[in-house]
Amino acid sequence: MANKFKVLYYVNQFFGQIGGEDKADIEPMYKEEKIGPAMGFDSNLKGEGEVIGTLICGDNYFNENKEEALEYILNVIKENNPDILVAGPAFNAGRYGMACGEIAKAVVEELDIPVVTGMYIENPGLEVCRSIAIVAETTDSAAGMRKALPVMAKLATKIAKGEELGLPEEEGYIPQGKRLTLFADKRGSQRAVEMLIARLNDKEFKTELPMPEFDTVDPAPAIKDLSKATIALVTSGGIVPHGNPDRIQSASAQKWGKYDVSTIDALAGDYYTIHGGYDPVYANEIPDRVAPLDILKELEKEGYIGKVYEYFYTTTGTGTSVGNAVKFGTEIGKELKEAGVDGVILTST
Amino acid sequence: MVKEIERYGIPIVHMSTITTISESVGANRIVPTIAIPHPVGNPDLPAEEELKLRREMVKRAVDALATEVSGTTQFE
Repeated sequence: MANKFKVLYYVNQFFGQIGGEDKADIEPMYKEEKIGPAMGFDSNLKGEGEVIGTLICGDNYFNENKEEALEYILNVIKENNPDILVAGPAFNAGRYGMACGEIAKAVVEELDIPVVTGMYIENPGLEVCRSIAIVAETTDSAAGMRKALPVMAKLATKIAKGEELGLPEEEGYIPQGKRLTLFADKRGSQRAVEMLIARLNDKEFKTELPMPEFDTVDPAPAIKDLSKATIALVTSGGIVPHGNPDRIQSASAQKWGKYDVSTIDALAGDYYTIHGGYDPVYANEIPDRVAPLDILKELEKEGYIGKVYEYFYTTTGTGTSVGNAVKFGTEIGKELKEAGVDGVILTST
Repeated sequence: MVKEIERYGIPIVHMSTITTISESVGANRIVPTIAIPHPVGNPDLPAEEELKLRREMVKRAVDALATEVSGTTQFE
């Protein structure tokens, strides 16, 4: 290839070296430089391609102003007309992953430019784009950056040069759910019987077509009479009593806490946030902005609802594994059920 | 967490800003909120107006619990 292929790169405010959570609301900007992971990515292209610039946008700004952010980002991409867009990797960062996913979807669908990004398998942004972009599988934290970049660079190089990608596990990307026709050396009936025998013997076997997992929960019936109902307040916003007595983690929570709120009218004054995934200024000022105990207590006094349940439940929902979230929900739900709670408000940041 | 609590048959409403995540994890009742660092609040407003906004949002959430739904529903 005589000419190098052109790569445009997208990162959030943190990897774009603008700042942390206090800068999460910055508007998108474009710099004709290689910034943060764009530098490492570029060196992994081994001279075949080049990163011509970096788009940066705050995670909160993107998710709260998706249309405006996408418009700016798509315009920059249109003007620069790269051969490929690379975003992230976002690891297990939810807002960053959603941004990478939404951008990937828009760029592929509207501009017909291919996109490579990288995410941890549990990132909620994955579902947004996995079927139309190539998503390299990464670890859950940025410690995996050094491993992720060469994989992403190799994928991007192949795509930009118009080469066909191999199977997901060979190339290190997350399966897109596409079925391909290929020639096997054994016929189907034989492969199926071999799989069955392996399974019966507790040996390893690999299905050729994994079944999608659907896990939906039917909506619970509505509360008949709010004025007699007990409502519980739960948050994943990391609101805890001052001093964080149970040492709930600021990220990747391993546990939840419950606190008696039967004698207070608001969380303000006694509570603050230990959540490591958002700017804490507003929540520390008035924690009820995250978990609105004050308003619920008002509704209780007015008789609009019967009662606010005496315990408030809390954990941190940033980087927390799906496994732990399921466990917390199961444990908290069991307590609420046994206590005869009629309805739950769960707030997330 | 929303899904696992609802599995016990208790109605639950998810107040969240990124409603796309809320939908993808399978929440059935969703009230969209203001912003990630202050979902149920808006520090840019004068105190009285913020309080009014907060009352409206929480009331909407409570009302959502008293509303029958057949699948993912946003209460805006």
